[in-house]
Amino acid sequence: MFILTLIPIVMVISYSVMDNVIVNKSPEFVGFDNYIEVLTDRVFYTAVGNTLFFTGVSVVAHLVLGLSFAMLLNTRLLGTMTKALFRVVYILPWLFTVAIIAVLWRLMLSPNGIVNYLLISGGLIDTGVEWLSSRDTALPAVTFINIWAGYPFYMISLLAGLQGIPRDLYEAATVDGANSFKQFLNVTLPQLKPIIIAMAMLDVIWTTQQFALIWMTTGGGPINVTEMLSTYTYKLAFSRYEFSVASASAVIILLFSMVLSFFYVRHQKSRD
Amino acid sequence: MMLVAGCSGSADDATTDTTSGDEDVTLEFAQWWEPELPDGSLRGLMDEFEAANPGITVELLSGPYASTKEQVVAGSAAGTMSDVVGLDGAWVSDFAKQGSLADLSTLMSDAGYDESQLASQIQIDGSTYMIPVVNFVYPMFTNSDLLTQAGVAAPPTNRTEFAAAAEAISALDETTAGWVLPLSLEAPNGIQNDVMSWVWSSGGSMLKDGQPDLTNDDVTSAVEYIKGLWDAGVVAPGALTMKEQDKVEEFTNGRVGMMIDSLAHINLIRENNPDLNFGISALPAEDGFEGERGIPYASWGIGVAENSEHQAEAWKLVDFLMSEKTNAELSSVAFAFPGNTTAVPDFVEEDELFKTAFDIYQSGFPANEFTGLPVAEQLMRLFDEQFQLMLEGDQSVDEMLAKTQEAWLAEF
Repeated sequence: MFILTLIPIVMVISYSVMDNVIVNKSPEFVGFDNYIEVLTDRVFYTAVGNTLFFTGVSVVAHLVLGLSFAMLLNTRLLGTMTKALFRVVYILPWLFTVAIIAVLWRLMLSPNGIVNYLLISGGLIDTGVEWLSSRDTALPAVTFINIWAGYPFYMISLLAGLQGIPRDLYEAATVDGANSFKQFLNVTLPQLKPIIIAMAMLDVIWTTQQFALIWMTTGGGPINVTEMLSTYTYKLAFSRYEFSVASASAVIILLFSMVLSFFYVRHQKSRD
Repeated sequence: MMLVAGCSGSADDATTDTTSGDEDVTLEFAQWWEPELPDGSLRGLMDEFEAANPGITVELLSGPYASTKEQVVAGSAAGTMSDVVGLDGAWVSDFAKQGSLADLSTLMSDAGYDESQLASQIQIDGSTYMIPVVNFVYPMFTNSDLLTQAGVAAPPTNRTEFAAAAEAISALDETTAGWVLPLSLEAPNGIQNDVMSWVWSSGGSMLKDGQPDLTNDDVTSAVEYIKGLWDAGVVAPGALTMKEQDKVEEFTNGRVGMMIDSLAHINLIRENNPDLNFGISALPAEDGFEGERGIPYASWGIGVAENSEHQAEAWKLVDFLMSEKTNAELSSVAFAFPGNTTAVPDFVEEDELFKTAFDIYQSGFPANEFTGLPVAEQLMRLFDEQFQLMLEGDQSVDEMLAKTQEAWLAEF
């Protein structure tokens, strides 16, 4: 635990206050200069804005889709075979690795891809859209891919939660005259609340750290419209070899993640 | 960064059982070439070297390009670089400034080596730090069938002909484009291979006295020309996030009439689409240009670590790889052009397309001004960001070049 967690964190923090480690054989202490460089960089704020959009939309959509599909799979209106089929289809995105998801969607969203073909064939658009290459559509497109890739985790967890809600509660609500919508608001959601809050917090932490999907689909482009904190930090380290500035950026992300983790741990403790 | 720090090899460790003099010497040779060559071919060459140099053993440290880069970066910082290292020209400046690479000019001089046989050397401040062992050149590929359908009799040789051909091909149907231009920020080497190549092919330069000179007439003219192609709608869609492999795929599938690409992809194109009828030719130059054409290239370069205790033996390995026979052999298996001017790889005699490419290579000169520049990939990315804004109409060509010049100067 000490070697795997604490030492790397301490090293990165110490790197962040030196003038340039790794490529400089005799780095010197420079205080908060690297933090100032990061915090005065315009692209850093673009990355913060993009990360907030990407994370916010992804988490909300994961929740809505996950809950919707979980309720569909939990309903008694569908037969066992139909539910089994839906279960397989809905879980599929979760079975793919990030690299496969990136390649798959790059192919489907390419200007000559199947998405444009279907939309043009259906008369919805006249000419092909450059989904991942246009400044107007790239950020929504990668956010959509992330939503597609991540909702099954919510779905499975919420389905387990739904199956744990006692039937007595619904029967009592029915006796009290509550319709389906009121049962959802007053029975289902309160019962799922602990799971929803815990998952949303974890999802925020995971999504803010998403790197591979962005890197393999857009690389942060076109221009900077899909630049995230993760890609911004990676470029500082491995394109510009400014490892100390990259460390400062990483420490800022670490602080942000620690705030989220604090709320997550506090929530978990309050449940205990 | 932890991984980088942890994955470094150590020349000292590898040679602890050795001392200079009559004792056996083990050389570490870190490179990304072995995984890209047919199984056993590089090891076979090393066995030949060991047989010719009793007492010297070569230990190959092989990995993918990116891993090798990280390993060399870490080794450079920690002073544990392998004795002999495979180098990309884009890395040399940083390593040379850190004092991690040995001065090959001195080693060549000490060994009485004839430098005239080398096609090129990468120098920093007048001293050689990298020698390109083999070169992968980037000629223009043309889809012969699309050219014929568009009524273009022969591959274009100048900019006017190229623009006309690209427009004619794009007019064939909605899914066909005249030219393909990959500008992904993840891998911004399209700036080197597909944009700056227009400058070099007309004898131009993006540098002056080793410093950025992006606002000169050569670069301005090339960028304005590409902007004209973009505005004319002849560039394949998806360019702003397109990578090199996407470019090759577009061409292989017959959706693009012309592309500038590595010769190394000829076999890949043939394998993936055996029916594609394509040819290669020299990059178009400015109208009326009669001088020698620069042809972009990428290299497998080689250098010797400053921290190596066996630099003389390390130089023997470099000398062996650059010798006429070995260099021709390595070029043959890599489908690349030799770094030794007298070596002729087998495939040139056997394949018409490669023969044409070799003629283009020999009639021009290898040109890649990013080689040896500090943070070369970052320079391409900085150019790419401003270039994309310019293509999208957010700024003029002059504004784009002025901003990029300023950004590059900051990196220098």
